[in-house]
Amino acid sequence: MFYRENGQFKTSYKADQQVFAIPQDRWAILALVVFAFVGIPLLVDEYLFRAILVPFLILSLAALGVNILVGYCGQITLGAGASMAVGAYAAYNFLIRVDGMPALAAILLGGLVAAAAGIVFGAPSLRVRGLYLAVATLAAQFFWDWAFLRIKWFTNNSSSGSVSVADINLLGWTINSPTDKYLFCLGILVAFSLMAKNLVRGNMGRQWMAIRDMDVAATVIGIRPMYAKLTAFAVSSFYLGVAGALWGMVNLGSWEPAAFSIDRSLQLLFMVIIGGMGAISGSFFGAAFIVILPIFLNQMLPLVGSLFGLEVSIALVSHVEFIIFGSLIVFFLIVEPHGIARLWATGREKLRLWPFPH
Amino acid sequence: MAFFLETLLGGLMSGMLYSLVALGFVLIFKASGVFNFAQGAMVLFAALAMARFSEWIPAWLGMDNLFMANVLAFAVSVAIMFVVAWLIERLALRYLVNQEGATLLMATLGIAYVLDGFGQTIFGSDIYKIDVGMPKEPVMMLESVFEGGILINKEDFIAALIAALLVISLSVFFQKTATGRALRAVAADHQAAQSIGIPLGRIWVIVWCVAGITALVAGIIWGSKLGVQFSLTTIALRALPVVILGGLTSVPGAIIGGLIIGVGEKLSEVYLGPYVGGGIEIWFAYMLALVFLLFRPQGLFGEKIIDRV
Repeated sequence: MFYRENGQFKTSYKADQQVFAIPQDRWAILALVVFAFVGIPLLVDEYLFRAILVPFLILSLAALGVNILVGYCGQITLGAGASMAVGAYAAYNFLIRVDGMPALAAILLGGLVAAAAGIVFGAPSLRVRGLYLAVATLAAQFFWDWAFLRIKWFTNNSSSGSVSVADINLLGWTINSPTDKYLFCLGILVAFSLMAKNLVRGNMGRQWMAIRDMDVAATVIGIRPMYAKLTAFAVSSFYLGVAGALWGMVNLGSWEPAAFSIDRSLQLLFMVIIGGMGAISGSFFGAAFIVILPIFLNQMLPLVGSLFGLEVSIALVSHVEFIIFGSLIVFFLIVEPHGIARLWATGREKLRLWPFPH
Repeated sequence: MAFFLETLLGGLMSGMLYSLVALGFVLIFKASGVFNFAQGAMVLFAALAMARFSEWIPAWLGMDNLFMANVLAFAVSVAIMFVVAWLIERLALRYLVNQEGATLLMATLGIAYVLDGFGQTIFGSDIYKIDVGMPKEPVMMLESVFEGGILINKEDFIAALIAALLVISLSVFFQKTATGRALRAVAADHQAAQSIGIPLGRIWVIVWCVAGITALVAGIIWGSKLGVQFSLTTIALRALPVVILGGLTSVPGAIIGGLIIGVGEKLSEVYLGPYVGGGIEIWFAYMLALVFLLFRPQGLFGEKIIDRV
């Protein structure tokens, strides 16, 4: 009833091509962002920040990166964790090896290094396609896992690749409390999401989508597959690298290569597929689902067990978590193969006509 | 020279073991177009079943014949893998026909989680032993040719023999039996196969069941080498380069790919490893596969990929 566009006439191309063309959307998003910046820090306690919100924000950013590559350009990657690792370790090296390097610059430079690595390991995509490529991207995953464990220079000679950084500093603002971390990540996420939204609407994004839908046909109409695929790898790896740097330096503080193992790559791919491939909002839905579900199960299972008078051991909880997590994924894929974003879009279509559908 | 041969033979034999796991991938991909990431979980599940039942059955029946216990446990494990295959088809795959490759891949990952959790819930999550009476002591060979001869692990040798046997029997099954022909028909074209009356659902159950049995054999062999534990699932990751190197749709490809990867891994680890700090086995295998893929994007024996607009 309130969500309808009739009566809103666009009188200029500029108005027609806004990111959020419908005023209701625009206001809703704006309200959401304001609430996230102002409301949440007032309402939420530290545990929630640390356990859920900060990981959610950073993993959303990473999922955004994976979505650009998998959802928009159609190149399945199982090496997303590797890009995060490259970003994290590159940022770490910039931070400790260059005197007076600002943290934000180190993070962005880490992203750029990850982008370069992404181009190198994305190059096989020009020749190898589909599932073969997916498996080939694992080469990057295992190579970087190994490199950060064995090549001492990358980790400043620390044993087993574990490194740590002090609280980072942004123009005099020391980011150490969970609220600070939350706000910092939120700022970056909002900026990067807007950038991604615009990228995929523009020339580059359309090239990606053409390659995804049918690369031979795209080549015929004059899209250079090399340019399109490699830019997708670069942009995606840049996002992942920044996310990795944030994950290491802001969320964890000290980390080792295992933080970016193949499990992380699979987790990110889950987020994108459950959230919705080829939808920016899908990355957020997916990240929320994957971050919250294990915590929820972890808290709920002992409660459910005690309800039936059963003693639930920690091992059992983790196994049952596995089972429920796996079955939910299969269930979601069966009921909505296009992800939560599609559910959301369908709901919105319904809402436009509600309550007079005819 | 003797050392080189020893490494080479060791590589060939471990390659056979990778092929065993790779076979499971290929079988399922060929027949249903599903890239089955759950193969590693199936290996663990089957090995756990085997390990536990070979403990439980003697306890229940009060007998102490190792051979009979193993045979019974094997039979029970085969039955369990059949049930698993049936459940997977019934509860998941049936509803995912004609989905994109990535979606199916994710679904099998979900299945892998379920199998991991379920297997460890019912069978326990400690390290278990499988004792099928494989000899452990190494033997010397070719002592007349080289000084000191070549040291060969008897266990590896037997494992490689079993793998070869399994491959031969699978090939016979595919070529000579009616079911095998039906499987190949489904692999060639789902719709055409359906139109001449081949029941897709049943074929899928059979394929998953066969893959389950190869997983069981792989699980027994790996399990008796390394012990049955959670890390068995990572064997699937070791077998993946084998699969893409050989071609996703080719059974001989899985074997040849396994041999190439096995030899490549061992030689690189021995001759290249010391210079770069060791532990390069796992990514070297992927790089090797990638190099082959750059020349043949469909793997060595995979079906040629034809693009149509």
